[in-house]
Amino acid sequence: MRQLAMLALLMTLVAPGAAFAVQPDEILKDPVLEGRARELSRELRCMVCQNQSIDDSDAPLARDLRLLVRQRLQAGDSDRQVIDFLVARYGEFVLLKPRLEAHTLLLWGLAPAALLVAVIGLLLMARRRRPAPSQAEPLSPDEQKRLATLVGPSAGEP
Amino acid sequence: MIPELGHYALVLALALALIQAVAPMIGALYRDASLMRLARTTAIVQFLFVALSFLALTLCYVTSDFSVVNVYENSHSMMPLIYKITSTWGNHEGSMLLWVFILALFGALVAIFGGNLPATLKAHVLAVQSWIATAFYLFILLTSNPFLRQAQAPFEGRDLNPILQDMGLAIHPPLLYLGYVGFSIAFSFAIAALIEGRIDAAWARWVRPWTLAAWMALTLGIAMGSYWAYYELGWGGYWFWDPVENASLMPWLAGTALLHSAVVMEKRNALKIWTVLLAILAFSLSLIGTFLVRSGVLTSVHTFASDPSRGVFILAILVLFIGGGLTLFAWRAPMLRQGGLFAPISREGALVFNNLFLTTACLTVFVGTLYPLALEALTGEKISVGAPFFNLTFAPLFIPLLFAMPFGPLLAWKRGDLLAAAQRLMAAFGIGLVAIAATFVAQGAHAVLAPFGIGLAFFVMVGSLVDISERTGLFRVPFKVARQRAIGLPRSAWGTAVAHFGMGVTLLGIVCVTTWASERIVALKPAQTVSLDGYDLVFDGMVQRSGPNFRELAAKFTVRRGGVVIGEMAPAKRTFSSRSMSTTEAALMTRGVSQLYLSLGDTNDDGSIAVRLYHKPLVLLIWLGAVVMMLGGLLSLSDRRLRIGAPKPAKAVAKSALQPAE
Repeated sequence: MRQLAMLALLMTLVAPGAAFAVQPDEILKDPVLEGRARELSRELRCMVCQNQSIDDSDAPLARDLRLLVRQRLQAGDSDRQVIDFLVARYGEFVLLKPRLEAHTLLLWGLAPAALLVAVIGLLLMARRRRPAPSQAEPLSPDEQKRLATLVGPSAGEP
Repeated sequence: MIPELGHYALVLALALALIQAVAPMIGALYRDASLMRLARTTAIVQFLFVALSFLALTLCYVTSDFSVVNVYENSHSMMPLIYKITSTWGNHEGSMLLWVFILALFGALVAIFGGNLPATLKAHVLAVQSWIATAFYLFILLTSNPFLRQAQAPFEGRDLNPILQDMGLAIHPPLLYLGYVGFSIAFSFAIAALIEGRIDAAWARWVRPWTLAAWMALTLGIAMGSYWAYYELGWGGYWFWDPVENASLMPWLAGTALLHSAVVMEKRNALKIWTVLLAILAFSLSLIGTFLVRSGVLTSVHTFASDPSRGVFILAILVLFIGGGLTLFAWRAPMLRQGGLFAPISREGALVFNNLFLTTACLTVFVGTLYPLALEALTGEKISVGAPFFNLTFAPLFIPLLFAMPFGPLLAWKRGDLLAAAQRLMAAFGIGLVAIAATFVAQGAHAVLAPFGIGLAFFVMVGSLVDISERTGLFRVPFKVARQRAIGLPRSAWGTAVAHFGMGVTLLGIVCVTTWASERIVALKPAQTVSLDGYDLVFDGMVQRSGPNFRELAAKFTVRRGGVVIGEMAPAKRTFSSRSMSTTEAALMTRGVSQLYLSLGDTNDDGSIAVRLYHKPLVLLIWLGAVVMMLGGLLSLSDRRLRIGAPKPAKAVAKSALQPAE
């Protein structure tokens, strides 16, 4: 397969021959149901493909899954039930957006946590850095008198 | 003979790189000017040798020398000349050669144009640059030799992968590499600064043009790759959150953050440590991208195959440079003194905000891309992280960033006035609100988020121009005066405005396509019509055509709008006999900045053919916005203060003026 070794960092190309996924005969009569099917298809992975949803993939398995999704929807399943059904059958791997569970805690939580920590850190730093005005004690009456003698009388004169 | 010359030139480049990796360091240590100057010569000659090597491989491809294994495996004598040339980097070995070619190019450019750098800094930068080059020359020579011969030259090559036989291959990878590898300069500058333990505002000024140039190339490279994917893949998507796309997006996000933090450092001598860290991270992410793709660790749609010895080698390079860079950072960074205090609401504060969200967005992409790999390696559990995850986590980070974008340039350094900035953005707010209302009225309530997206896009676009209109006094002073002032404004101010405007344009395109793109999937027989959004397409029939190295079956369609013929579309399926592979060629019709997109599916037994028709409103804005962003970078790059050696002429004039008096 080395002849297929491909260009570094080349963006998004699929397996050759990919035509397109959803075939005309798959489309449901009911546009609402079909719309839901398409939405669901975008969330589900074609397990034999590489990073493609069943909506994008033209693999036979993807077609089977698309038909399955439509069957379940026609049988009256909710979106949630369809997903649960597929996860029960194929495992978590089928979901392109993993559920929040113990083993995906870091996946979901790391970036928000980092943002939070950074914001708190910055706020603390900003507070520490600000020249605290409250620390300056008010002038004592003596000092005020001295200040008045220094600037008071001559301040207004040219 | 030519492959051997190319191979030998690469070996010589390695030898020069080894000298350049050591001699200038010793020179800097003992303040030996001649040893330090050596780096300039070696960098330039090194580049010449790598260029010779690259040229040799290109010649092998152009002359279809199938005794070279690499050419045999990736070329075909019947291919058009342009694809023969581009297939030089359309494979692992050749793309790595392109990588080092660009690395050496940047090294030589620093050597030539870095005349205003302090001698020791320049010596250190070129030495570090050479460490990277040495590692990658060794990688190529030891694991991925593109000049390998075979004893018996076959008569014909095995052809380039058909999906790569496209102009996209001529444009996208070189641009992407210019971006990726360009960040190596920022990295080298950062390491050099850490070695010297000294860093100041001038450092930021020297590093900025290189970062800017790399960023521009990367921006355009990503956009061109996205457009290529859009028309080549046949289902009209433009961004798939594929790991390989993510690999290019991460350095872009870090590089964008670096550009902004370098401004703070240059103007206010603040955020030094952070800027150095970003410089290290941006290139580290480029290296990680190279590792992800070249090692085959991803089984993404891109990495068809690789062998593990290469993966281990790149991993070693990765550990060495990222690990070494970060260790050096941890050790030396505390020695760099922070300067320039500022209030949270200030230009600096806005740029910190920018960095905060860009780096978090980068982290999101990083975690999402690597988490499945790490989880599988550690627990054996397999999960998928795809577009739905990234859309959900990435967008919330970009929305505040975009909203804050017009505010940044309106805030003063040190201590800004948010209320005053908001007041000056009134016009932008107004236009944004009008856009929201208009969208609501126009399309009803079926997509709730879209109007806000449109409103944000307009706010960003108009808001980006406010700074310029404020500073030129447009609408307040006579137009002629405003024009004079506009010409006199620093180019970097224009650059900021234009680049930010471009971001708004891209956003507008994305929101429109996401919300209002429509599609029809039907099976058609000749003379039947498919209609979408006011366009009627009549299927006229199939035609057989042949190209230089393929045959294609094209479906001809006549496109009408309101009964008037406006053109023809002919999507096709190509079959490449040499690899017995086929590709679908979508047909595109551009109407303003919107497009009709038509691609073919399977032919059915009853003579009908499945077609997929899309109408993509304002889709071209996505990429045009990126081009505008790049142009903003170009304006900024042409700013006088960044022009390399710019202060010099002034000095020369001063000197010559003094001479008569002497």
